[in-house]
Amino acid sequence: MTKILGISAFYHDSAAAIIEDGQVLYAAQEERFTRKKNDSSFPINAIRFILKESKIDFEEIEAVAFYDKPFLKFERLLETYHTFAPKGLKSFLSAMPVWVKEKIFMKRLIRESLSEFADKNVIKKTKIFFPEHHLSHAASAFYPSPFNEAAILTIDGVGEWATTAISHGRDKKIKVLSEIHFPHSLGLLYSAFTYYCGFKVNSGEYKLMGLAPYGNPDSEETKNYIASIKAELIDIRKDGSFSLNMKFFNYATGLEMCVLKEWEKLFNLPKRTSEGKINQSYMNLALAIQVVTEEVVLKLAQTAKELTNSKYLVLAGGVALNCVANGKLLQKKIFDDIWIQPAAGDSGGSLGAALACYHIAMDKPRIENNDQADLMRGSYLGPSYDDHEVERYLKKFGAKFQKFEKFDQLTDVVSEKISKGNVVGWFQGRLEWGPRALGNRSILGDSRFPDMQKKLNLKIKYREGFRPFAPSVLEEDRNEYFDLEKDSPYMLLVSPVKGKRRTEEPKDYSGYALYDRLYHLRSDVPAITHIDYSARVQTVSQKTNKRYWKLIKAYKEKTGFGLLVNTSFNVRGEPIVCSPMDAYLCFMRTEMDYLVIGNYYLEKVNQPVLKDQVDWKNAFALD
Amino acid sequence: METLKDFWAFMNSRKKFWLLPALLLLFCLSALLVFSSGSAVAPFIYTIF
Repeated sequence: MTKILGISAFYHDSAAAIIEDGQVLYAAQEERFTRKKNDSSFPINAIRFILKESKIDFEEIEAVAFYDKPFLKFERLLETYHTFAPKGLKSFLSAMPVWVKEKIFMKRLIRESLSEFADKNVIKKTKIFFPEHHLSHAASAFYPSPFNEAAILTIDGVGEWATTAISHGRDKKIKVLSEIHFPHSLGLLYSAFTYYCGFKVNSGEYKLMGLAPYGNPDSEETKNYIASIKAELIDIRKDGSFSLNMKFFNYATGLEMCVLKEWEKLFNLPKRTSEGKINQSYMNLALAIQVVTEEVVLKLAQTAKELTNSKYLVLAGGVALNCVANGKLLQKKIFDDIWIQPAAGDSGGSLGAALACYHIAMDKPRIENNDQADLMRGSYLGPSYDDHEVERYLKKFGAKFQKFEKFDQLTDVVSEKISKGNVVGWFQGRLEWGPRALGNRSILGDSRFPDMQKKLNLKIKYREGFRPFAPSVLEEDRNEYFDLEKDSPYMLLVSPVKGKRRTEEPKDYSGYALYDRLYHLRSDVPAITHIDYSARVQTVSQKTNKRYWKLIKAYKEKTGFGLLVNTSFNVRGEPIVCSPMDAYLCFMRTEMDYLVIGNYYLEKVNQPVLKDQVDWKNAFALD
Repeated sequence: METLKDFWAFMNSRKKFWLLPALLLLFCLSALLVFSSGSAVAPFIYTIF
């Protein structure tokens, strides 16, 4: 039995994963334990969980795999500073102490960080591998996918040098075919727009994507923005390769994403301040960069097809979380099928590093995959809590709860509450791996209620009112609601809501003010129908999440609708809840009506006042 | 020592020996920075380093 521990750390979204003979056992992101969003520290808590849960002693671990090559990254830094010198001195002086003190001694840093798990000599003898960043992403996309052979497209901010790579996976081999190098980066381009539109880099990209549909595709302003981006910021070639005009970007040598003076001149629009008003121009700009991003992704996919002649495509890297682009990719039918790693960002690099180490460095075969399912087990790879632990947590707060012996009775009660417009915190089984809540740490509501989106945004999540919500639909009912050709178990595909579900679009709809458009009733499932009649779909399967499937089924029996609103169990700026304690606190601090943890059912009105109230709205930095 | 060995092997495989004097200079410069500032704090807006 070959056991490998994969680690991603020290940049953003630290995580750890463990595999045994190529099989994914457990994986978790550090932020879920430390309660610090996108925590970059060494994933000590995630490793503790993994070793405890798998009952594996550190001595049994054959190798540790870190998700990038520190020396190669250092080479990129030095060459970049050398190229741009004397520009970039401030950035250079910020970067070098971090490197000279810590990152260049990465092997030692990892060993020291692992010292609590085994004797010094054991740690010293443990081999440490450093697969390249994009190889880690590629491995995370290819090896757990249902395909024995596939084209691999990885796009992110930056790893060592590569920012984009096309590779070809066949059995246990991955061959890199083409790369685009720093500073030319689609991920960093998108992040620069995130920054310019007033959102936080490396977490607000999702908001920018959600804002894009509010842009008016027919307006001259949007068309001009697209033209300006393509004329001045990015040169896109026929094969999807691109280069950025570094006159407009400051990230290579400075301490912010873009040269504001140049951007303001180009777009005739000031940078939006954080929490500032979002006017139509920012929405049009968000749409413009989304359109350009999709163009690049589609061209790169076409090139990947030509280079590999494969039927299938797998994706990873932060840009693969752009589910709108993924949806367009699927609709284009360049490939027969696509698969996306649910933890496509850097957290997933830990799993990819472990898999690359096993299949490439150790030359071990892939697992036989006869049922055509992927190897991610629904992405439910994190901690779970038994009844004893749940009760212990609840009693600590003096919580009033009811335990249902029969799960069917529980789903009957909960589905009834949801169908009456209540909001329910739903906590079951193992924590999800990756950024999406997939029905184990979710807040659920009824998609038919016109004010549900507003209620969830403003009273439960305390986040921007424009942000959309996603549906969880029974796998077998997918085609009742969406024009989606394949299942989307990880909520990584956006698809149009079916025409028969829609209400008629008003004539001057795109000219409406933001919130007038938002509150226009667009379909019979308005809470999950985004402004452009699209939805970010999660299909729920009996095979991977029977309890969640049963709940939606019970709801369907009452209402005739086989879908629910599903949003992650957290408030703005907070990582998704991990433990029953996190869940109870989140429940009590928001206007959620009911909480279910396993078979335990809690009504808000029965709960005692939460003691030791902290100023929790300030407990999490806004994202 | 292990880091130095690894770095030498890296330079050999990448054929980038110009990194060596740059690295030595950096160590001297950065040691000063590290000791004068107390701790090395990672940046910033997008963690590209």
